[in-house]
Amino acid sequence: MKHCLVVDDSPVIRKVACRILEDMKFQASEAENGQEALDQCRVSMPDAVLLDWNMPVMDGIAFLVALRREPGGDRPKVIFCTTENDVDHITRAISAGANEYIMKPFDRDIIEAKFHEVGLI
Amino acid sequence: MLTPMTPQEFKFLAHAVKSCTGMTLKEDQEELLHSRLKRVLKEYQLDSVSALCGAIARSDGESLKWRLAECVAVQETYFFRDKSVFECFEERVLPSLLEARQTSRRLRIWCAGCSTGQEPYAIAMALAEKGDLLQGWEIEILATDFSEEALLFAQKGVYSQFQVQRGLPVTLLLKYFKRVADGWEIVPEIRERVRFRHQNLMHNSMRHGVFDVIFCRNVLIYFDEPTKRQVLSRLSQQIQPDGYLLLGATESVLGLSDRFAPLAAPCPGVFQPISAENRDRTMLPATGAGTGSQGSSSHGDGRDSPAMAAAGR
Repeated sequence: MKHCLVVDDSPVIRKVACRILEDMKFQASEAENGQEALDQCRVSMPDAVLLDWNMPVMDGIAFLVALRREPGGDRPKVIFCTTENDVDHITRAISAGANEYIMKPFDRDIIEAKFHEVGLI
Repeated sequence: MLTPMTPQEFKFLAHAVKSCTGMTLKEDQEELLHSRLKRVLKEYQLDSVSALCGAIARSDGESLKWRLAECVAVQETYFFRDKSVFECFEERVLPSLLEARQTSRRLRIWCAGCSTGQEPYAIAMALAEKGDLLQGWEIEILATDFSEEALLFAQKGVYSQFQVQRGLPVTLLLKYFKRVADGWEIVPEIRERVRFRHQNLMHNSMRHGVFDVIFCRNVLIYFDEPTKRQVLSRLSQQIQPDGYLLLGATESVLGLSDRFAPLAAPCPGVFQPISAENRDRTMLPATGAGTGSQGSSSHGDGRDSPAMAAAGR
């Protein structure tokens, strides 16, 4: 079973995303900011990270940059999932090593399409 | 609130829709039809399903009947729907045609039943991604639909945030769309590659000529069997002998047409014409090299051609 780490400061978003991922037969775990996510990745590298942009402590882009520098940090597929929906943000995310980008609001169709796009399903 | 339809009203309206577009509404689709009626009733200021039926039955009810058909039509489509079909288009269909048309350097692609345009634009993007490989080639993409409303949407080329996230890789979004107030607009470079025209697949479409590739994906599923046969027969007259027909990944011509045969795996939904001569041969008893089963034979270049399989080697 593939493992996806959901990183978002909103408990509601984390809950919804985890439910969708579990329906998609993923093992889902949660982190509420980039630092917490990075700590979890250092213990066990997930197959995928569904990543919010704006979070306290460490935001999504700082997490992504740090993750890609970690040993094995190039392996997880990182899919941003954020309300930031302009070209500049998307470009920054891709340049920093994101594999895909979801603009909130999202639904199962969109998550499935993006996961399929990056070869997770 | 809209009153429920009587079985007679459902039958009458389903017949009206079918007479326009060929779309068959089954009895379990009453809810679908009912949900789409509100818009038509509002536009034509009618207050009941009964009044709608009466208005359609009148001699001047033709435009209303078409509007009903347009509202009922399913516009479910997205960019690069069924990745496997697009992969086959890029890895098998296109290379084979580029080799075969080396002299004319011309390709004609028809997207029949293009709905709101995501598919022809996806084809145009896939071709644009080929870069220098298609330098000097004249590639025409004709996109047709019976719905004027869908065509207007397609020509405008502005898609919602939801629409651009279904099937479209973010890298292509960045490359071929620009952010506008009401969504994402396809760039002129891609929009200009596609020519949109009105065409009802129930009617003769010979005026568009003959094509190297016809995409008619997830369209036949809305038709009954006789209509599917008619449409496939028409399409077979408008495809080059070495051309390709691309249906939905789960669609087939099996039992509907003897004029196409499937490509071997892994190309679900992709078919090639069988010539009249080879159709006759496939009817003969299998007595040796002159016969063969459809699409099951492979030749030396690793590609499978049903026409060749039928002709024997």
